[in-house]
Amino acid sequence: MIRREEVEHIARLARLTFDEAELGRFQHDLSQIIDYVQTLAELDLTGLAPTAHAVEVKNVLRADEPRPCLSQKEATANGPLVEEGQFVVPRIG
Amino acid sequence: MDALPLTANGCRDLLAAGEVSATELATLYLDRIESVDDAVGSFLLVDRKGALAQAAAVDAKPAGERLPWEGVPIALKDLLCVKGLETTCASRILKGYRPPYDATVVAKLRAAGLVFLGKLNMDEFAMGSSTENSGYHVTRNPWDLERVPGGSSGGSAACVAAAEAPWTLGSDTGGSIRQPAALCGVVGLKPTYGAVSRYGLIAFASSLDQIGPLTRDVRDSAALLSLIAGRDPMDSTSLGLPAPISLPDRTDLAGLRFGIIGEYLGESCEPGVREVFDHAVAAIHALGGVCEEVSLPSVEKGLAAYYIIAPAEASSNLARFDGARYGRRAADADDLLEMYNRTRSEGFGEEVKRRIMIGTYVLSAGYYDAYYGQAQRTRTLIIDDFRRAFENVDFLISPTSPTVAFKIGERTEDPLSMYLSDLCTIPVNLAGLPGISIPAGHSGGLPVGLQIIGPHFSEQGLLDASYALEQRLAVRTSPPPVEVTR
Amino acid sequence: MTADVSRSAGQGRAVSAPPDSQGWEIVIGLEIHVQLSTRTKMFCGCPVTFGEPPNTQVCPICLGHPGTLPVTNERAVEYAMRIALALDCSITRETIFHRKNYFYPDLPKGYQISQFDLPLGVVGHLDAELEDGSGFSVGITRVHMEEDAGKLVHSGGATGRIQGADYSLADFNRGGTPLVEIVTEPDIRTPEQARAFLVELKSLIEHLDVSDVNMEEGSLRCDANVSIRRPGEALGVKTELKNMNSFRFLQRGLEAEIERQVAALEDGETIHQATVHFDPTTGRVSTLRSKEEAHDYRYFPEPDLVPIVLDEDRIERVRASLPELPAARRARVADAYGLSPYDAAVLCANRVLGDYFERVAALTGDGKLSANWVMGELSAYLNAGGLPVSESAVTPERLAGLLALLNDGTLSGKLAKEVFQIMVETGADAGAVVAERGMGQISDAGELEALVGAIVAANPGPAAEFRQGHDRVLGFFVGQVMKQTKGQANPKLTNELLRKHLAG
Ligand SMILES: [Mg+2]
Ligand SMILES: [Zn+2]
Repeated sequence: MIRREEVEHIARLARLTFDEAELGRFQHDLSQIIDYVQTLAELDLTGLAPTAHAVEVKNVLRADEPRPCLSQKEATANGPLVEEGQFVVPRIG
Repeated sequence: MDALPLTANGCRDLLAAGEVSATELATLYLDRIESVDDAVGSFLLVDRKGALAQAAAVDAKPAGERLPWEGVPIALKDLLCVKGLETTCASRILKGYRPPYDATVVAKLRAAGLVFLGKLNMDEFAMGSSTENSGYHVTRNPWDLERVPGGSSGGSAACVAAAEAPWTLGSDTGGSIRQPAALCGVVGLKPTYGAVSRYGLIAFASSLDQIGPLTRDVRDSAALLSLIAGRDPMDSTSLGLPAPISLPDRTDLAGLRFGIIGEYLGESCEPGVREVFDHAVAAIHALGGVCEEVSLPSVEKGLAAYYIIAPAEASSNLARFDGARYGRRAADADDLLEMYNRTRSEGFGEEVKRRIMIGTYVLSAGYYDAYYGQAQRTRTLIIDDFRRAFENVDFLISPTSPTVAFKIGERTEDPLSMYLSDLCTIPVNLAGLPGISIPAGHSGGLPVGLQIIGPHFSEQGLLDASYALEQRLAVRTSPPPVEVTR
Repeated sequence: MTADVSRSAGQGRAVSAPPDSQGWEIVIGLEIHVQLSTRTKMFCGCPVTFGEPPNTQVCPICLGHPGTLPVTNERAVEYAMRIALALDCSITRETIFHRKNYFYPDLPKGYQISQFDLPLGVVGHLDAELEDGSGFSVGITRVHMEEDAGKLVHSGGATGRIQGADYSLADFNRGGTPLVEIVTEPDIRTPEQARAFLVELKSLIEHLDVSDVNMEEGSLRCDANVSIRRPGEALGVKTELKNMNSFRFLQRGLEAEIERQVAALEDGETIHQATVHFDPTTGRVSTLRSKEEAHDYRYFPEPDLVPIVLDEDRIERVRASLPELPAARRARVADAYGLSPYDAAVLCANRVLGDYFERVAALTGDGKLSANWVMGELSAYLNAGGLPVSESAVTPERLAGLLALLNDGTLSGKLAKEVFQIMVETGADAGAVVAERGMGQISDAGELEALVGAIVAANPGPAAEFRQGHDRVLGFFVGQVMKQTKGQANPKLTNELLRKHLAG
């Protein structure tokens, strides 16, 4: 069973907030799912290389050649709040 | 001409013969959507204006100058970016988002002159197996409106089944094309990882995602794959296909060996599904194919590996949705942390948050090796299993889904039971293999799909074999009657 | 006390603790970020620029739009390899990128594409020297590639700094610029060493021609980890000084922070892990934020990119393409032109100045004279105007021309300096200046003899005094000659002629 504090810590890392009821639910679901995937942790897979991609590709590189940019208008068109061509975010401190 | 052509190849022939204009064709489908989509709910957005404009442009061209597929309509899963057209991934957090660019597959279809009817419903960020996790509305299975169409590409499958479009694009991370195709009685193909560019596909799990066709028949899948496949300089992981895809016309399976994946015929497999599957095996024999049971011992670990890898990658892929540059932002937060927390907590649905939490947990300090590391090693194990199997057989077969379409709401309470509906499809993504689901029959009036899996880049052979079997099985392909409830 | 620390450092103790930091040993490690001068960004085709209007050098990829994917810039990898090899690192045969996950408004994807357990280069070193000539070596832990973040402007509030700002503005022009991060071992023992090391590193990278290494513009950025301990004891708790944007601030910031730590420990307080900000105006350090929830970056391999395999050939090709590095050049220049190590170091401080000097020396064949003029007149003129060597109005060829006139006696040292000033103003070459202003020395015996004769004849009194043995009167006559030739008479010849005529 995953501890409540752990769930809260993970939520902080993920920038999510939950009310009490949700916390309880997530604690239950997470524990259930983690218990299930835990079965892998017990396998002895020493000596096996991890697979990042099933189909192996290597050395895909791009020539250092410029491509067209977006205009400032296009770049900020989806911005929830924009000032002088820049994205506004609330105070950080 | 007022009868709806059911396949894209059918549309193409009518256009070529001049029996229908692109505008008439688009209108036929737009009207069909009008009449049935309130009941089915395949679409998140119908772009009538845009579609008719594209069609008019095609009609303006002299017939001689048209490309083969020019004027054929298509609809797209809402995780494919279309420049200027709202793209939400069925998530509230992307409400109003208009991409400044076209996904590579979208650019290819645009260049080929296809007409975009609209954007299709899905589980939010492709996380789900029933399309009940859409942030907007549920999509209903045209064969039984009380049941789910499967997911995450439920809108794409239901759309084709209900003849709201001749073909659609979906995406498949753990079965999201094949499982809904099976549940809706259409053809769904997940290409080899890297065959189709992921550029412009809003990522769920980058190392597993692939875009693929959902169509009424196998030939349409072959045609649509040939339109979207290819190495893309914008996607480092893309390779394209070794050779162009040609329309399948094989009528027998002589000399082909099929391996039946024993692990998937256990008690989790419904009797009705098993019956249809056995009938398909008989059909393979009848066509001169050989079937033998094979064992892939590690595929049963696939589900666990998948539920580590996919959420881990997703938790990172979804970090960009923070309310700063696009999409929805929580109103009047008075500092940054509050904006992040509220934007994400209000914008994401329950299942998405659940997966972000799992992914964040398994990647967090001290857990990497025990979870992500082990999952990637398990992946190696599964790949080896498949490789060994393909030393003796040409293709592997299994039911696409252990069950037929289930009732809306039936599994929403229990995440794990929902996850189990992808049992047969997930290992194929982990191994990056091509897999197709074709209609194999019905159980209790509901479609059952057959999954055929091939080695990497064996798409042509997979399509050829599927075509031969499709002809033999002759499963009813006409759309189910959707009572018009308006 | 700050001053004391730096003086003790000035004595160049490499390893032992400066006595006046009361027996504490200082332990410093540096993290340096270098912006590469590629044409385009690390993972997209946007141009790498500086000072353009906000969000005009961006595309869906570097804005982190959903669905976009990175593709690695080949030249960035090449440049990073040059740096790693120049630092004597071993190159990782199969290197991969990782995602470093954290939320911040200058980070559009919510993660930075960086490297983790398979960095491009590991285990190298760089040797540097203090002004007193004492050398020291600093180990390089790792050299890795990553992408830069965007720029934040903090609006409202008094300071324009993050604290007290009302809101912040994000511009992603810089976002995605290729960065190389260099991490040193904690081998540095004094703030002065830290400064000397950074100067040497800057010079090295400049010679490699892979970055502007401009600290003001941020293409070279330095963070410092510093702790103190009693010699022989385990490492103390370290604090991190962020973004020292000049060599001086790096040294002064370290001095101030060390002073703070010494004072704290002497008073029996404990040091807490913290990020420290140095305010150059007050010379004080302020602790920014204690890293209470120790960052959990959840590193994992970037699934959108594939491994980069660097075989022996590739590595050796890059190694072979490396230019002469500063240390080697200093040695060669000192030896070839017979200069002191100090002069050689000054002349080779940056690549362009070194090239300038070597060109002049080659043309004049006189290394010492060339060195004196490059370090003297030329540097004075450049410093006065704050000009880089590359923008000098006097080309190496022109300076060589001037020195030739000095060597053949056409110009005296004094005149040559005047001519140089005119060359600076007019950009003309020395010959032309001398000709049109008639500034050459009068070395023509005939012309000068007539003048000398006339002057002696016109001053019978002083001439008589001289003949009675009053030698100093000669000075009076020299003065007269110089007066009438506006100082252009060849002094040696003038003397000879005067003695001849006064001998009568
Ligand atoms: Mg860094
Ligand atoms: Zn860009």
